[in-house]
Amino acid sequence: MSSAIKETQKIIDEVLEAYPEKTRKDRAKHLAPNDPTGECSTCKVTSNVKSRPGVMTVRGCAYAGAKGVVWGPVKDQITVSHGPVGCGQYSWWARRNYYNGQTGINTFGTMHITTDFQEKDIVYGGDKGLEAALLELKELFPLARGIGILSECPVGLIGDDIEAVAKNTEKDFGYPIVPVRCEGFRGVSQSLGHHIANDSIRDFVLGKGELKESTPYDVSLIGDYNIGGDAWASRKMLEEMGLRVIAQWTGDASVNELGIAHKSRLNLIHCYRSMNYICRHMEEKYGVPWTEFNFFGPTKIYQSIRKIASYFDDRIKENAEKLIEKYKPVMDAVIERYKPTLEDKKVMLYVGGLRPRHTIGAYEDLGMEVVAAGYEFGHDDDYKRTYPELKEGAVIMDDATLYEMEEFARRLRPDMVGSGIKEKYSYHKMGIPFRQMHSWDYSGPYHGFDGFPVFARDMDMTVNSPTWSLIRRKR
Amino acid sequence: MMRQIAVYGKGGIGKSTTSQNVVACLSEAGYKCMIVGCDPKADATRLILHKKAQVTVMDLARERGSVEDLEIEEVLLTGYRGIRCAESGGPEPGVGCAGRGVITAINFLEENGAYEADTDFVFYDVLGDVVCGGFAMPIREGKAKEIYIVTSGEMMAMYAANNISRGILKYAQSGGVRLGGLICNSRKTDKEYELIAELAKRLNTHMIHFIPRDNEVQRAELRRKTVVEYSPEHPQADEYRTLAKKIAENKNFVIPTPMSMDELEDLLMDFGILEAEPED
Repeated sequence: MSSAIKETQKIIDEVLEAYPEKTRKDRAKHLAPNDPTGECSTCKVTSNVKSRPGVMTVRGCAYAGAKGVVWGPVKDQITVSHGPVGCGQYSWWARRNYYNGQTGINTFGTMHITTDFQEKDIVYGGDKGLEAALLELKELFPLARGIGILSECPVGLIGDDIEAVAKNTEKDFGYPIVPVRCEGFRGVSQSLGHHIANDSIRDFVLGKGELKESTPYDVSLIGDYNIGGDAWASRKMLEEMGLRVIAQWTGDASVNELGIAHKSRLNLIHCYRSMNYICRHMEEKYGVPWTEFNFFGPTKIYQSIRKIASYFDDRIKENAEKLIEKYKPVMDAVIERYKPTLEDKKVMLYVGGLRPRHTIGAYEDLGMEVVAAGYEFGHDDDYKRTYPELKEGAVIMDDATLYEMEEFARRLRPDMVGSGIKEKYSYHKMGIPFRQMHSWDYSGPYHGFDGFPVFARDMDMTVNSPTWSLIRRKR
Repeated sequence: MMRQIAVYGKGGIGKSTTSQNVVACLSEAGYKCMIVGCDPKADATRLILHKKAQVTVMDLARERGSVEDLEIEEVLLTGYRGIRCAESGGPEPGVGCAGRGVITAINFLEENGAYEADTDFVFYDVLGDVVCGGFAMPIREGKAKEIYIVTSGEMMAMYAANNISRGILKYAQSGGVRLGGLICNSRKTDKEYELIAELAKRLNTHMIHFIPRDNEVQRAELRRKTVVEYSPEHPQADEYRTLAKKIAENKNFVIPTPMSMDELEDLLMDFGILEAEPED
């Protein structure tokens, strides 16, 4: 065991000391010093298990995963939060999934639609109310191309048959009505909600869309939710390479796009955690290969462009090189401008299931170092992909508690923390620069050649803001 | 002092018939009584009100939009000898959550002053079994402290009685609820009296009364009346009067000792109801 690993283990042990024995034993399995080689047997974390009661977990629920992440961004589908009003209200367009269209006319992304359960709906069941809501929606929004029924907890408890309502109603609608059994109490985090949502796309939409003609260059962009315009930045690059993006899942997606991705020559998956399931399905059922890629920061972008091009003919490969050649000066200029003020700055990341590993390269391009990274709802395969990306001795944290995150920040002294809205203000109070890495803090895009200049500017703005010198940082 | 009593038992065993007849007798004896039906079927008050089914709290709440839109007089009706009646109501089988309906309805009755201070007895007539938290509502903190289980010598009725005792045990430990006894509503099965007396003993309680089977009950029911009202001179009316008196004077309140399935089957075998399986 190297000294870097030993040192980090010491820090982890110190943080764990505050816990009672049972909690300490449990949490110890979720925290580890990083070993990029994979040789250290004690450096692997346990993941995707139930959060420990009594500590503040940052996780969400299955409904959050299905509604907030996967189904919510589909723009010409109406997403109905089926149950009491709160779940829909508090998840109302929280992820800034941009889309083109006229909201309320042919797109519905930023609208909040709920069956608003009352006491009587719990007692007598919500099926009739749901059916009435569906009929109203059809009248109100004739240009909708689909409706999703996203189950909240009570629906699962009282056993409403939303599948039957969807099936009976769909007949007169001419578009899919998709029941999604994403009751919040299912599973250990939002991760199961992603899986449930993937399955519902598979069962109710995939294979039913129309694509006039196919080309040998058809690809689908999977698992990009177009936060702050991310998917548009990625799509632009793919198109410049000579590929045709036939479907964007699910940022700025139409229901039809969800129905045709199986006709791709290659599925390109950005967020592996939330959509690998459907990629595996399309591979098994339709023989569509899929590949992961990373469009954060030039180093990873160049690698990914070449990797994607390797699936196609020489024309595409040439285009890829031309694309890199064209944008390299732009990227170099960004690095030249921001690296001097960001070099050697330390970053701590705690996000959902992808970004803690995907953004490492972008930070490194700017000379920054990620000293701690963790996932709210990552699985074993996410951590396996993370270990090699991080330096030896970095802290790996799974389902971290707010206490642990604060303590690690005190000990590792990062120059910046990237996490979510719930974490933001405790770091602000500690005087540590903070960036929301779920929503890009109302900025973006961060993907692709368009995104990196924004990313670099935002990080510089965050880390080097004069504000921080006015706050006395707790030692 | 107001005594709140919950009546449980297997579906179809005669809980509603028994409790209405008992309440009618208690009223006859001068007590002020109220019945709260806690079953979506809403048949706990028809013999008192002489109606097919009264307007229920939940049905009216559904019609109006919410329970806050109701007035207590609309759902708390007065019937035979001033007995006040309410029904929780709820969904048809297979939909929604009837248990939540019971909770909502009882909360509504409480908040709107249905439990008048001079009431002597409140009877809760509860659906078949304590299937979920909602149907335990009547025996939770501050409500019914006494429970009577209606049973018969039929095996499944005894199973149910034992199961209900388990539910009571949970609430007896956390709250103050006690088992007041078993009421045997006779089905004329073999050795019924002895069997239920023994079952009661095993459950740490007593068989408070053995109601013989009599068609007069049926005749009265067809006319939507209790026996005491329909034929006050009939011997069956006296049976209910006796039961009412025993309940009014009951001092035997216990924490039940439910049996394991094996023990229960042994008991049935001892009485020759179940035959022992041949050993291999």
